[in-house]
Amino acid sequence: MADLRTEFVGIKSPNPFWLASAPPTDKAYNVVRAYKEGWGGVVWKTLGEDGPPVVNVSGPRYGAMHAGDRRLVGLNNIELITDRPLEINLQEIKQVKRDWPDRALVVSLMVPCVEESWKAILKRVEETEADGVELNFGCPHGMSERGMGSAVGQVPEYIEMVARWCKTHTRMPVIVKLTPNITDIRYPARAAKAGGADAVSLINTVSSIIGVDIDTFAPLPTIDGKGSHGGYCGPAVKPIALNMTAEIARDRETRGLPISGIGGVTTWRDAVEFMALGAGTVQVCTAAMTYGFRIVKDMIEGLSQYMDERGFRSVEEIVGRAVPNVTDWQYLNLNYVAKAKIDQDLCIECGRCHIACEDTSHQAITSMKDGKRHFEVIDEECVGCNLCVSVCPVEDCITMVPQTAGVDPRTGLANDRPYANWTTHPNNPMARPAAEVVAEPAE
Amino acid sequence: MSTISAPDIASGRLAPEDYRANFGDIHPPLDRHQALVESDRCYFCYDAPCVAACPTSIDIPLFIRQIRTENPKGAAETILSQNILGGMCARVCPTETLCEEACVREAAEGKPVKIGLLQRFATDVLMETGEQPFVRAPSTGRRVAVVGAGPAGLAAAHRLAMHGHDVVIYDARPKPGGLNEYGIAAYKAPDGFAGAEVDFILSIGGITVENGKALGRDIALSELRGAYDAVFLGMGLAGVNALGLDGEELPGAEDAVDYIGRLRQTDDLAALPVGRRIVVIGGGMTAVDVAVQSRRLGAEEVTIVYRRDRAAMGASAYEQELAATDGVVIRHNAQPLRLVTEGGRVTGVVFERTRSEAGALAATGETFTLPADMVFKAIGQKLVPAAFEEPGAALTLKGGKIAVDEERRTTLSGVWAGGDCAATGEDLTVAAVADGRIAAESIHRALSAA
Repeated sequence: MADLRTEFVGIKSPNPFWLASAPPTDKAYNVVRAYKEGWGGVVWKTLGEDGPPVVNVSGPRYGAMHAGDRRLVGLNNIELITDRPLEINLQEIKQVKRDWPDRALVVSLMVPCVEESWKAILKRVEETEADGVELNFGCPHGMSERGMGSAVGQVPEYIEMVARWCKTHTRMPVIVKLTPNITDIRYPARAAKAGGADAVSLINTVSSIIGVDIDTFAPLPTIDGKGSHGGYCGPAVKPIALNMTAEIARDRETRGLPISGIGGVTTWRDAVEFMALGAGTVQVCTAAMTYGFRIVKDMIEGLSQYMDERGFRSVEEIVGRAVPNVTDWQYLNLNYVAKAKIDQDLCIECGRCHIACEDTSHQAITSMKDGKRHFEVIDEECVGCNLCVSVCPVEDCITMVPQTAGVDPRTGLANDRPYANWTTHPNNPMARPAAEVVAEPAE
Repeated sequence: MSTISAPDIASGRLAPEDYRANFGDIHPPLDRHQALVESDRCYFCYDAPCVAACPTSIDIPLFIRQIRTENPKGAAETILSQNILGGMCARVCPTETLCEEACVREAAEGKPVKIGLLQRFATDVLMETGEQPFVRAPSTGRRVAVVGAGPAGLAAAHRLAMHGHDVVIYDARPKPGGLNEYGIAAYKAPDGFAGAEVDFILSIGGITVENGKALGRDIALSELRGAYDAVFLGMGLAGVNALGLDGEELPGAEDAVDYIGRLRQTDDLAALPVGRRIVVIGGGMTAVDVAVQSRRLGAEEVTIVYRRDRAAMGASAYEQELAATDGVVIRHNAQPLRLVTEGGRVTGVVFERTRSEAGALAATGETFTLPADMVFKAIGQKLVPAAFEEPGAALTLKGGKIAVDEERRTTLSGVWAGGDCAATGEDLTVAAVADGRIAAESIHRALSAA
């Protein structure tokens, strides 16, 4: 069993698997169940200002995107921040932290953009002895209409301002949770750092309409005939989250800023990917809401096995390991050649590779050979695009084989040409000489 | 008490609920959820092998996708546009040797997509609506005679009606449907499905059915050729092969086809007498059908005896397995030598063991006797050429069946043929439907050109 202990902005947890601020962390009952199953930490569902509690709809709050066999790949919600009284939440947080001192307990907060409001709530959270706070600048629905959530997260100046207030008024670590509903994630991340935030967490949910009822012509989920956009999460948003995580990890201004990775983490593999791109912990919601808290057992066990097999002694060794390999397109090696290869023993002859290539790409896969059904790559046409690999239903049946010797029959060029990228390519009117090795990503 | 026991043939061997269970649907249909889960397994293959394996070339990936997108009626139309008897074929096709054997999931994991059950799901949804999805073209005023209201004839008639021709179907039996109504095992198409499907097919309009009219008895081919613009022959195989043994006409020996026909038509299975010990001679689907149904009527010992080895049996591996599951014993490599008769009844069969020598069957001289209350003959059916042999009207035969070309044209101008009576593919419902459709399109082309 590998050592999965994590220390993130000074917050210790027995493993990097935290539950994100969301319905699963709305009250002590759920959080205690999660801790019992092994979750390393939780971010308590967002608390708002003291006063009359928030009111949720009493109709459907969720809508789902399903893949085959109704596998839930995307979930959208229109639930607001906690609708329980502040005092009860604070009491429970205090009790839970006392009962589970080894687990991370971070409290998510969302109050109006007024310094006194933040100052007031921070003081009350501090009294619970929670490990830290996460500023919810992400929720794209409901609260944003009231000038909170993503309405703040979409304005870097506000992020910086509120982060600074929080750092001024509390000794607790401050994590800023970012919304993906912006053009370039680096700007809000830089703002958080400039405001003194200890870390960022991302992504919050993506603005979405999950579907339309084509009988009633109302958006889903439908509340009395109407629908409103919600926040989208789950496995389908993972690629968006990975990219944004990497963008922050490799940005010159935010490099080294701790990141808590969020967005479709369902398995230990997903977690490793987020960590490799710079996340020190991961936060999970949809997977738990789909399968229950016990999925964390597979996450813990899988990560442990992986680390043992790879010889990693700490989670820290994984964090950021893939970041140096993320670059801009212009620095990709244009002399690298790979060709698809179909393993005829594994091929079940569905023909999807052929029709995908034939109809939509490069006409580089046969459907017949000597009058018989046969699928084989035509190297003279194959550009190495990987579409056939993507559509093949059999694991490892089609692989991309790097061509390291000889000549590419498609281009007539040698396969062993040295690294050369677009910046120096003769077709590039902006080509600058002597930029063979460019370690720094462009602005 | 006599030392020679009287033949033990009796009705009502089982409790009423046993008959219902034994003759209910052998493959319960998929419900909506099951159909959606199963449809998800289809890879939507390019130039799909399942389509190539289907004698009627149904666009299987397309109809499965239509089920998946919750458009089962669209799926049914895709099926029925190629095979108007898609509902029955979904029940009786030996899918394990056709589409499902070719399914790439069979290659990948030994578990093909359940194409037959999905086809049934879609066609059931459509048929429950009572809608006829095909529209008849304006009447052409051309008339076509179809002989035989079985799968080939019905498929031909529907397609011809679609093209606006007027069709009259002549059938020897009291009800249309052919083997679907009289031949296939009851548990494969319970609840009057064959009749419902005939009604569905005829609902397109423009088709008249004349029951109780047999070719060669009530109508002559020359008359039809004179009275109609085209003739399609799809009357199946009316003759039953005989054992050629003394006593086979005595009580106790029965044609399996006749017995199954009675079983299919009875209103009360409990009233149908069945022996306690049954011997079935033959190795095809009919042999299995009569053996299994005898067991399900309450026979205690049912033995199929086939003269060649297992590999040569006409019954599919699935059918053999079904028989075994139902407690039917299958004995290979034994041929009937003589019938044992007592008191004017057949009471057993003496078999001689055989072996295959260089492809030929050799008798070994070794014999054994199986006592039987009933002996079923199921050694194949044959064409009765006398029904259409007339002076000057020469239909060429091939291997005992009517010779046809690719378009199912016979050697006689204006006469097409298909189904079991024609020398085409295997004697399967689905092959007969393909013949009927292909012939109808050929007839339509011929009539349109004329």
